[in-house]
Amino acid sequence: MKMIIAMIQPHKLPDVKKALYKADVFKMTVTNTLGCGQQRGYTETYRGVIHKVNLLKKVRIEIAVNDDFVEPTIEAIIKGAGTGNIGDGKIFVLDLPECIRIRTGERGGDAIG
Amino acid sequence: MVNRLLCRKLKKLILAFVILTGLPLTIMAGEATASSNAVAIDTVWILISAFLVFFMQAGFALVEVGFTRAKNAANILMKNLMDFSIGSLAFWAIGFGLMFGADKAGLFGSNGFFLSAASPATAGGLWQFAYWMFQTVFAATAATIVSGAMAERTRFPAYLIYSFFICAFIYPVVGHWIWGGGWLGNKGMIDFAGSAVVHSVGGWAAFAGVIFLGPRLGKYNADGSSNAIPGHNIPLAALGVFILWFGWFGFNPGSTTSGTNLSIATIAVTTNLSAAAGAIMAMFTAWKRFGKPDTSMAFNGVLAGLVAITAPCASVSPLSAIIIGAVAGVLVVFSVEFIDKALRLDDPVGAISVHGVCGIWGTLAVGLFAQSAYGKSSGAGAVNGLFFGGGFSQLLIQLLGVISVGAWVFGSASFLFFILKKTVGLRASDEEQLKGLDITEHGMESYAGFQIFTTE
Repeated sequence: MKMIIAMIQPHKLPDVKKALYKADVFKMTVTNTLGCGQQRGYTETYRGVIHKVNLLKKVRIEIAVNDDFVEPTIEAIIKGAGTGNIGDGKIFVLDLPECIRIRTGERGGDAIG
Repeated sequence: MVNRLLCRKLKKLILAFVILTGLPLTIMAGEATASSNAVAIDTVWILISAFLVFFMQAGFALVEVGFTRAKNAANILMKNLMDFSIGSLAFWAIGFGLMFGADKAGLFGSNGFFLSAASPATAGGLWQFAYWMFQTVFAATAATIVSGAMAERTRFPAYLIYSFFICAFIYPVVGHWIWGGGWLGNKGMIDFAGSAVVHSVGGWAAFAGVIFLGPRLGKYNADGSSNAIPGHNIPLAALGVFILWFGWFGFNPGSTTSGTNLSIATIAVTTNLSAAAGAIMAMFTAWKRFGKPDTSMAFNGVLAGLVAITAPCASVSPLSAIIIGAVAGVLVVFSVEFIDKALRLDDPVGAISVHGVCGIWGTLAVGLFAQSAYGKSSGAGAVNGLFFGGGFSQLLIQLLGVISVGAWVFGSASFLFFILKKTVGLRASDEEQLKGLDITEHGMESYAGFQIFTTE
């Protein structure tokens, strides 16, 4: 079992979801986040004072998958979020030792579903 | 002892002398006659109404900010601030003269620019200041309707230029035709507070703007289906609608321009009933069509009812007002859907439906529901509409007005937006829209410190 964490541009979320649904991946958690990688920031002014912003709005998707779904999920995210520009985002794959479904108490691969 | 007595008597004498000579002096200084009191009441009334209508600018600002996304909030507020500010100056310099100056060929006014007719030296000259104040806030109302329809993707400089031209030229010409001694007013068209002059002008200009501007990025899909882009603050939008409702009590009753015209009471009643009926019917229509009583549609229904009663407010009975508002409430729900899905025109706040469609309905409603008893008492015109034995004549005049106003405004606004598109650029780029106009146009955020979670 793996936990896939992807940081993407917020406006690409609808496309990523569409691509994931096509790959039969429906379960995910989405959070609002700030961050930057190679993208630098931009400048704002407030009442005459310059203000540099270098943490940009991003969206973080977390998906727990069984091993056979790892590659399809990664491909779907790349297809949905990729634009060829700096700032497209990153995907991290972590090992997931255990997963439990709260309602039924199932564990492991069955809990991921 | 004698001295004290003398002192008291002297004091009484001096007091009597002051009173006896002072009283005639005060009366001579400002003779308070019945007619000068009437002018004073009229001045106070028209100014209070003007201040109420001014407050509607806050209402428009809140509705527009509430129905659009947080990343564009500062931008829409700036547009609202500027269309009033630039509009005021444009109307002072050119618009007021074009609207109310000496008539030329029934088409436009030809003097009174830079408020030249106003003067502190005479009573008539002083009245011009009050009248200008009242008319300016009406012009600004027409101008600010468009900012909502064109929200979230209009470049700021283009909007500033548009604000000038609508208050300097487009609106005043229509105003002259109907209120300033022009040809439509002379033909007997009745538009008491401006369903056509103000609201349909804003609606037609918005219609032209939206066509030339195009939709927001992400609004429509390749297959033509429409995506919802929800407003970020329904409470602010609701507050805005209540403020507009409140301000409308200056808009309609104030259009008597006379506080001694007791029909201001009737007009307030018709205004209120129409708004309420609009809210209820919009709610039920949305409930029926979409399965739930949509809050934002109900609030749009209030405005639909208010816009629709603006022309007939001084000519119709309270019951007629309810019917007019109810029809507007139904119309607005269908119109919003039609414009979004069938015409594929992106109107974030429903301005075209509320002000254009219901403005037209209100203008025509005069020809249906007018009753001469009401029109006579208010000074709107002692005519009967179709439903009260007046035949088709008034309705046809109203229809002529609707068509000619539509042609002029849609034509001139289209020309203006076309030029703006080709010169300073009308539409914000895709990247600018994604980042949000607050940052790209104004270099600041509206909600610094808040998490704004949008995925469009």
